Amino acid sequence: MAAASISVTLDQIFVLLRDWLVHFLPAALRPFASVVLGVVAIVAVFPGLFALTTVFERKGLGRMQNRLGPNRVGPFGFFQPIADGIKSLTKEDVIPFRADAAVHFLAPLVLVVAVFMGFAVLPVGRNMVLVDMDAGLLFFFAMGASTELSVFMAGWSSRNKYSILGAMRAVGQMISYEVPLLLSSVAVVMITGSLSLTKIVAAQNQYTGIFPHWYVFTPWGFAAFLMFAIAATAETNRTPFDLPEGESELVAGYFTEYSGFKFALFFLGEYLGMFSISGLGATLFFGGWSAPLSFLNVIPSWIWFFAKVMAAIFVFIWMRGTLPRLRQDQLMNFAWKFVLPFTLLDLMVTALWRFMGEGWARWVVCTAILAGAYVLMGRTAMQQKKFGPRSYRYAE
Amino acid sequence: MSFVFYLIAALTLAGGLAAVLLRNTVHCALALTVAFAGLALLFLGLDAQFAGFAQILIYIGAVAILVVFAILLTRSSETMQEGVFSKSWFAGLVIAAGVFAVLGWAVLESAHALPFETAAPRVTVRDIGNALVGRYVLPLEIVALLLTAATIGAVIVALHEKERAR
Repeated sequence: MAAASISVTLDQIFVLLRDWLVHFLPAALRPFASVVLGVVAIVAVFPGLFALTTVFERKGLGRMQNRLGPNRVGPFGFFQPIADGIKSLTKEDVIPFRADAAVHFLAPLVLVVAVFMGFAVLPVGRNMVLVDMDAGLLFFFAMGASTELSVFMAGWSSRNKYSILGAMRAVGQMISYEVPLLLSSVAVVMITGSLSLTKIVAAQNQYTGIFPHWYVFTPWGFAAFLMFAIAATAETNRTPFDLPEGESELVAGYFTEYSGFKFALFFLGEYLGMFSISGLGATLFFGGWSAPLSFLNVIPSWIWFFAKVMAAIFVFIWMRGTLPRLRQDQLMNFAWKFVLPFTLLDLMVTALWRFMGEGWARWVVCTAILAGAYVLMGRTAMQQKKFGPRSYRYAE
Repeated sequence: MSFVFYLIAALTLAGGLAAVLLRNTVHCALALTVAFAGLALLFLGLDAQFAGFAQILIYIGAVAILVVFAILLTRSSETMQEGVFSKSWFAGLVIAAGVFAVLGWAVLESAHALPFETAAPRVTVRDIGNALVGRYVLPLEIVALLLTAATIGAVIVALHEKERAR
């Protein structure tokens, strides 16, 4: 009994802490103050996570490339983010002479504000969501779509050919992959019957025996998750979809002409985008804050949420250390000729799943359709390619 | 409510005016997104979450991006040297006033056609979805057909240019 109550207290510790802090204020101010505390928590926790992730990423990549990574600042180089932060704060803020100063200044602000807004609807734990909106998923995607504009603003206002090329690539890529990103989440909405992220988590927070009802464990959910993961990687401009900022081609892409703290803001925005899209993926397909096995619910819900987010971040880093960059035409072909049709098929299969009712028949039928389509599409796409020895057009 | 409304309305109008008065075409497009954002905020102020977020998602996330893309691809992003008024400004003014008058008339007349409601209606996203595939399914299908035709048209235009380039 005592153990159970301790686990409940730990689970709700941040909610209790917030209520305890708020009760010192007069009653009229309490709702406002609790929202402010929630915002402060988001603004403090995720950039902190960003600082940790940069050092983990550099050490992880170093490990994959058989080198040490940062190891000079503090124990094992873990104070590296502090040194980086001081460096970016003290660097000169250079604005190119020909740049459009106002738009150049606004671009990083628009990016960071839009990215932070997305966290407002993510349930990071039981009862831990800043705004529980009826249309939470739509809000998340609306904010995500606004980041595209800041990327364009940054690239265009810099008056630099690398910047504008990077911005064009980024915007084209983000628009192309936004369609499958949205459609793969629509599958989840179709089954849950709600756009509210808390309701989506609640629908998955049930157990058969000890196993959870996560959507990723259903045929349509698994397919939707794969498409979502591909589209999310492209949306966050991570390898293998990092064409907009490929260092070997475009210096740094759309933020080539940014230095000092504005560069750090772009960096922050990119990583916060990774956190929020990972959080959304965990919420939609991996049950959000619910535990992977029923008896593991004694561990607080927010630990599960952040564990899932960090696992996704690890996969991002792993892919960056493993995969080469795509070419622009490969990127577009992949989006429009494979990911989008497969997502549309998955929507049909989801509807089928919904109307076939309980039983094993829907498992067999849905898996067969999806697997068959995957193999067929892969085969036909591969047959059109002529694989042979590599030919060099210019280098010989 | 009213103070916030006037603030947002001023922002929207300023964005709209800047979109027609600025010289640099990209600045105009960015000012247009400010107007779109103001409209979305007005929807949210009316407690219409779905319309507000759809406005941001579609108009800022897609339409504004396509506008700036079109500006960049057609090389008209250079600042114009002469004034912002075109030669046919009077005809444009007449057409705009005509469209505004028709829309305003339609909005004002629709107030009589609808039953008077004392309480603000609670409309959830579910209700909107049910209405779209229930009562308004025919307009929805017509729009879908139109969009499909537009997509096929765009693909054909792109194909044609590719063949000509060879």
